[in-house]
Amino acid sequence: MIPAPFDYAAPATLAEAFSLLEQHGDEAKILAGGHSLIPMMKLRFASPEFLVDINNIPGLSHIKEENGYLKIGALTRETELDESEVIRSKYPIFTDASKLIADPQVRNMGTVGGNIAHGDAANDHPAVMLALRAEVDISSSEGTRSVPIDEFFYGFYMTAVQPHEILTEIRIPIPNGKTGNAYHKLERKVGDYATAGVAVQITIDDAGVCTYIGIGLTNVNPVPLRAVRSEEVLLGQKVTDELIKEAAKYASEDCNPSEDLRGDEAYKRSMVNVLVKRIIHKALERAHA
Amino acid sequence: MIRCKTSKEISGMGHSMKRKEDDRFLQGKGNYVDDIQLPGMLHMDIVRSPYAYAKIKSINTEAALAVPGVIAVVTGKDLEQYNLHWMPTLMSDTQMVLPTDTVMYQSQEVAAVIATDRYAARDGREAVMVEYEPMKAVVDPYKALEPDAPVLRSDKEGKTDNHIWHWEVGDKDATEKLFNEADVVVKEQMHIPRIHVSSIETCGCVADYDKVENHLTMYMTTQAPHAIRTVIALVAGHVGLTEEKVRVISPDIGGGFGGKVPVYPGYVIAIAVSFLVGKPVKWVEDRSENLQADSFARDYHITAEMAGTKEGKILGTRFKILADHGYTDAAANPSKFPTGLFSIGTGSYDYGTAYMEADAVYTNKPPGGVAYRCSFRVTEAVHAIERITDRFAMEVGKDPAQLRMENFIKKEDFPWKSPTGWEYDSGDYHAGLKLAMDTVEYDKLRVEQAEKRKNGELMGIGISTFTEIVGAGPSKDFDILGIKMFDSAEIRVHPTGKAIARFGTKSQGQGHETTYAQIIAEELGIPAAHIQIEEGDTDTAPYGLGTYASRSTPTAGAAAAVAARKLRDKAKKIAAYLLEVSEEDLEWEPGKFFVKGAPEKVKTIQELVFAAYTNHPQGMEAGFEATHYYDPPNLTFPSGAYICVVDIDKETFEIKVRRFVAIDDCGNIINPMIVQGQVHGGLTQGLAPAMYEELIYDEDGNILNGTLMDYLVPTAVESPSWETGHTVTPSPHHPIGAKGVGESPTVGAPPAIANAIVDALSPYGITHMDIPITPYKIWKTLKAKGVIE
Ligand SMILES: Cc1cc2nc3c(=O)[nH]c(=O)nc-3n(C[C@H](O)[C@H](O)[C@H](O)COP(=O)(O)OP(=O)(O)OC[C@H]3O[C@@H](n4cnc5c(N)ncnc54)[C@H](O)[C@@H]3O)c2cc1C
Repeated sequence: MIPAPFDYAAPATLAEAFSLLEQHGDEAKILAGGHSLIPMMKLRFASPEFLVDINNIPGLSHIKEENGYLKIGALTRETELDESEVIRSKYPIFTDASKLIADPQVRNMGTVGGNIAHGDAANDHPAVMLALRAEVDISSSEGTRSVPIDEFFYGFYMTAVQPHEILTEIRIPIPNGKTGNAYHKLERKVGDYATAGVAVQITIDDAGVCTYIGIGLTNVNPVPLRAVRSEEVLLGQKVTDELIKEAAKYASEDCNPSEDLRGDEAYKRSMVNVLVKRIIHKALERAHA
Repeated sequence: MIRCKTSKEISGMGHSMKRKEDDRFLQGKGNYVDDIQLPGMLHMDIVRSPYAYAKIKSINTEAALAVPGVIAVVTGKDLEQYNLHWMPTLMSDTQMVLPTDTVMYQSQEVAAVIATDRYAARDGREAVMVEYEPMKAVVDPYKALEPDAPVLRSDKEGKTDNHIWHWEVGDKDATEKLFNEADVVVKEQMHIPRIHVSSIETCGCVADYDKVENHLTMYMTTQAPHAIRTVIALVAGHVGLTEEKVRVISPDIGGGFGGKVPVYPGYVIAIAVSFLVGKPVKWVEDRSENLQADSFARDYHITAEMAGTKEGKILGTRFKILADHGYTDAAANPSKFPTGLFSIGTGSYDYGTAYMEADAVYTNKPPGGVAYRCSFRVTEAVHAIERITDRFAMEVGKDPAQLRMENFIKKEDFPWKSPTGWEYDSGDYHAGLKLAMDTVEYDKLRVEQAEKRKNGELMGIGISTFTEIVGAGPSKDFDILGIKMFDSAEIRVHPTGKAIARFGTKSQGQGHETTYAQIIAEELGIPAAHIQIEEGDTDTAPYGLGTYASRSTPTAGAAAAVAARKLRDKAKKIAAYLLEVSEEDLEWEPGKFFVKGAPEKVKTIQELVFAAYTNHPQGMEAGFEATHYYDPPNLTFPSGAYICVVDIDKETFEIKVRRFVAIDDCGNIINPMIVQGQVHGGLTQGLAPAMYEELIYDEDGNILNGTLMDYLVPTAVESPSWETGHTVTPSPHHPIGAKGVGESPTVGAPPAIANAIVDALSPYGITHMDIPITPYKIWKTLKAKGVIE
């Protein structure tokens, strides 16, 4: 439980942070909430030589609706999501998720940016962001680029963020019409990573036809997975129980879970099937409400 | 309602006095081993084996010694020079301190790094290079007994297999005859899995050897400081550490649950290093080491059988156990009881025939066999009897509550001789179950369940009506390494009527500083607030065997009462002298003696104590002190009736414990609030193995869940809202009629939960599931049965 030796700096500006990152290259790691990174360092699964603590940099923590987007600063804490009025009223999917992330101590520190930048398919925000079709702002000394969430996750602990870059903001298109979203995961006990998790956002028109659907899956695939075939079943159709069942079945077939202590592959597929059904129904309920 | 004999000011028995120790705990002012800082103190970290079974080809310490701050790396070869590389276990087996050539389980200690600070010690550990030659590990205890299994303990001369011992009790032939002739016989194979106590504080010590004084002070996370001092003196006497030169101090302890009874290699290495370098050495395990290497609990494979009549009368039981002890038998049991008190497993039922046998085996897993908040293997026994009783009820088609009511030992039949030789002291099992049923509204629940079943919903009700056996124990049978299992109290009352009392036990969260004070307050009428309790320092406290197995109240608590009564007798003599009457003319009321029929002629206990120092009768010894070593005439037999209600999601199989009613009978209650706290904690530690905890090993002996991310310790979120209550059946042989309660709930809860889950799944033809019962396990079971696709 004692990490290997490392150096540490807490720059006050993005520019300073960029220069430190450039200077230390692969040996540096960004420290946000520290609740994924520090455990890995304590177990010596990770031994970065240099930590760039971004917590003192202003302008990275906010939740606001602006220009058609919900904007979440990378340093926004889970607790802040939980307590935000706009999130609670319009994006309950985030409070569904953050309530299931670890425990209050972790949520007081853990950041939304760190949660996705960690690149772990076991984390809960990736699936949520997939369902909401987020865009991710990534900055460096060269400027800021915007990456659609579908192109963000590369592989196990690998994302579009390069060593000299910092994830600064996540942007979510503000949904219109009758929209509902929801998230749920099965866990063995509180604080556990998902056995399987499902994020859904759905929009329906007055005739009950689905005009938007996003379905993201947690921890049942090497990278966070968007259930594309399931979305296609519903999009443009009048939503029925039969179609929801079909979408759930597709999701259970298209994911690629691996066996671990939480369960074998068949079990996890079966749970994806159950959850997709339940969460679509819940999102629909919220859309109607 | 509990009636109190003393006023709130005195706060004797029955008062929910706030815990005296909590002021310091709640303000972060506890003093644990890791808080101890001594000048010049060195730090130790331990290199551990990544393999379950391997030859050590070489240990290269060069790079480690080059780490700044590292001053030494100690290996088995180093300890061998002082003949300290092996140590005895509590069960008279042997255990390596550090290996010289072979490692026998994953995470076994391989070498110790000594450094000037904790960080350097950890970096040094990383730099020790060990070359291993892995061998095929023996993990499955059944396979360990096969003729072609490699003999693991080849260090023992003449050892040709992995069998450790055989144990049996009861009448084998009569039981066999009964089973052959009985109308109904049920049988289930059960595994009570390997689990770990995971106390919040891990194990550790500061060994402080003073070369000038030739004196060792050992600050240590131990539940039994006095026994440890004797063991150190016996093992290290040859190097001059005789018993008066050894002081063991057990400071505040953050949870023990049995895990702090054994002697771990780390303690011994720390002593050896401190002895050699003459500086204090601190060793504190990290969380994963604690989980992976320290003593496990349980790991019994039990074939349980019950025989009875078609009408549901229980006639006999037969249990056959295979006990997986890992690399050595390091169980923490009284010496003559290799299976602990498993023989309580005939349960709360009135029948006369039983037979139990057990075989223990070595495997390539960590050693252990500690309590996990249970009196010596009682949890295993209670699980077997309470599960098989439900199985029997199912077989004969009788409601499990009804069947229990019909088979209970009757109140008037106590003391009751069990078929395995125990004499149950007292009990009222019918009253306990009736209260539990009324509280939970049992009949209504069964109606609701029938309705739900029609709709395919999964609801279950589980009962456990257990008998515990605690307070080890009477000296004719009970010893640990030859030392009899009495316990002690020493009370010293100061001239102003305030007291200090010291004990041979050691609280780890049980609240001794409060409850012992209340016992003395009850007997002497001195306010509990003015009675200081001390334990854990072998230089000051009287000798005792420590705190585990719910023994503190039955033994040391009794000693406190008896010692206080000796003082009350003395007070009476002084009162007679001062009031100029004969002793027979005096009457006692908590806190004072007065003359019968003349209550104005009175002396308070404070006045009498003062007189013991200032104006004592001629010929009487001055002062006001008493000591008692209490040797219990029998064990005590607490009992409980628990009812659990579960709802199971029929698609995800998530299990929700909707209600849990726990009615305990621990005899007379000292502090109801502390009892309730003990019951809450104990129930949660019963929920843990029932639904969450298990140490899982793969076929190579690798632990698969060696951190708390995967070894699932339940939290407040998982815990249902416990509903507690009690019946009071005093122990007839205990001075204050108390029985002990710390472990009852851990012992009684798992079968109640398992029975509820099996009950919920019984429409699918499920008759048994091994704990921990998880949603995934239910899914697999139903899939194997073809219930789900
Ligand atoms: C006991 C426990 C249980 C947990 N359970 C869950 C759970 O159930 N679900 C869940 O989703 N999470 C869980 N977590 C993880 C937690 O939510 C983390 O806080 C989160 O994954 C990472 O956020 P952080 O701010 O702490 O990131 P850090 O730990 O600081 O960083 C994580 C990684 O992201 C990088 N990084 C962080 N911020 C940025 C940035 N702005 N730009 C570029 N790179 C960045 C870091 O360099 C590092 O590689 C758990 C953690 C713990 C300790």
